[in-house]
Amino acid sequence: MKLTREKLLDMYRKMALSRAFEETAIRLFSLGKVHGTAHFCVGEEATGTGVCAGIELQDLIYATHRGHGQSISKGMDIKRMMAEFLGKATGVCKGKGGCMHIADISAGNLGANGIVGGGIPIAVGAALSTAMQKIDRVVVCFFGDGASNQGTFHEAINLASVWKLPIVFACVNNRYGMSMSVNASMNITDISVRAASYGIPGRSVDGNDVLAVHDAAREAREHARTKGPVLLVLNTYRIMGHSKSDSGAYRKKEEVEEWKKKDPIKRFASWLVEQEVAAAEELATLDAEARSTVEDAVAFAESSPEPSLDTVEQDVYA
Amino acid sequence: MSEITYAQAIKDAMSEEMRRDPKVFLLGEDIGAYGGAFGVTRGMLEEFGPERIRDTPISEAAITGAAVGAAMTGMRPVMEIMFSDFMSIAMDQLVNQAAKARYQFGGQAAIPMVVRAPEGSGTGAAAQHSQSPESWILNVPGLKVVAPSTPRDAKGLLKSAIRDDNPVVFFEQKLLYRTKGEVPEGEYLVPLGKAEVRREGTHLSVITYGRMVARCLEAAAALAGEGIEAEVIDLRSLKPLDTEAIIGSVRKTGRALIVHESPTFAGFGGEIAATICDSEAFFHLDAPVRRLGGRDVPIPYNKNLEAAAVPTLEGILSTIRALVK
Repeated sequence: MKLTREKLLDMYRKMALSRAFEETAIRLFSLGKVHGTAHFCVGEEATGTGVCAGIELQDLIYATHRGHGQSISKGMDIKRMMAEFLGKATGVCKGKGGCMHIADISAGNLGANGIVGGGIPIAVGAALSTAMQKIDRVVVCFFGDGASNQGTFHEAINLASVWKLPIVFACVNNRYGMSMSVNASMNITDISVRAASYGIPGRSVDGNDVLAVHDAAREAREHARTKGPVLLVLNTYRIMGHSKSDSGAYRKKEEVEEWKKKDPIKRFASWLVEQEVAAAEELATLDAEARSTVEDAVAFAESSPEPSLDTVEQDVYA
Repeated sequence: MSEITYAQAIKDAMSEEMRRDPKVFLLGEDIGAYGGAFGVTRGMLEEFGPERIRDTPISEAAITGAAVGAAMTGMRPVMEIMFSDFMSIAMDQLVNQAAKARYQFGGQAAIPMVVRAPEGSGTGAAAQHSQSPESWILNVPGLKVVAPSTPRDAKGLLKSAIRDDNPVVFFEQKLLYRTKGEVPEGEYLVPLGKAEVRREGTHLSVITYGRMVARCLEAAAALAGEGIEAEVIDLRSLKPLDTEAIIGSVRKTGRALIVHESPTFAGFGGEIAATICDSEAFFHLDAPVRRLGGRDVPIPYNKNLEAAAVPTLEGILSTIRALVK
């Protein structure tokens, strides 16, 4: 599908922003400024950006614990996102969730989830609500290869297929569930074949090709809106460890190095230059802008107040 | 006033709320043509259609998660867990999702959903279909818990639960479904968080809820003949808890017995006892606070063993006699 220059550059901007956000987050960890943990999607940026670029503004997403790229691509404010990462009162969740449980519901982001597979039934509920209220939108449910082995995945995708709900199940297959390789965690090599069990279309896509992800998401959205659920499997690779405490003992360095060569941002940049959509210098400027946006966000977050202690019991009940 | 069953009261509450608010809908296993495992939703499919009376596959986690997601996005789902024992299969969705979404997202979400969960022993269904698991739920911040004992309360509390903007776990008493009681004509609500004094007395306070209310009232009536006047308090809502009603009554009587069917050990009775002992009612106590709950056993099949696993009338009588001696 042919995209406008504006759209293509916006996609590049989102990917660059996601990378800059995470590189900065890693630096903040090393400076001892972070209380908690984080799960990075370095190398997986084409999945969140490609999917969010392929759907519409009114569509909802349900994100994962490895969801910085998903949230940024859905339009989360970087300042409030960084403030949440640092646990500040100005954070998008008032410092209560951290980046593992971040949400921006008014912007259509129903939230990340700390439980692997925990969000899949909830996304199905949002799709049910969409259908019952006859709203013209779809729900995209992000989850990982690991989550596709959870009971909730099978229960939820079955329910959605029986009710023909407007939902796209977007499985980000980054090849590892914490330390366990997909080769060991399942007896199939293509996760999309699981769709056949539920009588819905399943499609496997190169998850490092943002344009392929975009096109697949666009088509899946149309199918979901008119005919019901689709399972989209975005095959990529988790370059970083599972979280901040990962020695990487379970995989070979060569494997990681091989995948680093397939960096989705560099790949998209080369394509943009080759197709004469943008000059290399222009992309370098976008990279610099992304870093500066994130630095501004860090300054905002660091100068923001801690949540006052009297908020500890706020928002348990409505 | 009209006299209806506890099951009818629950059905009437849901039907009235569904007529009032198009966002209210039901989902659960066999709630449509079958009418629910206990017949509570019988006839609702005919009135409201399959779009709002949604039969689901046997997928408790998906049912619960779907309710959470629908609630987050503008609907007011009332879901049925066929037996409250099966909440264990949906525990992540209840405990980690429904209960926490609002807080962890800094107040962005409201989760107006009701989980109807039939509980209790006495049906011969044995260990996996007879539990009273309210203590599992009560220890989770973010969930409200209700356990009505009469048709009037069942209807009024369920209507309040459906209108509440939080997840409410509504424990229905299986053995009470066919019991009858008077309910007011027309619209009424019973607020969450208010206990009711079922019988006034001066010698001790019996604090109870659910199916054990009737048994405690039976005991109180029998003991009146012996000159013992027991006050019986029906908590109705377990969370929020009407601590004032508990403390006020024990201040007056100076003695307290807590009765519930769920296991005593690490059970809700401990919380009520602590509520008394942490309050000024403690200084009015003439005897230690006593608890009578289920034994620390799975519910057995044999009728006599089953009855012996939870507080009996005889047990309540003898405990009260010993307390007021």
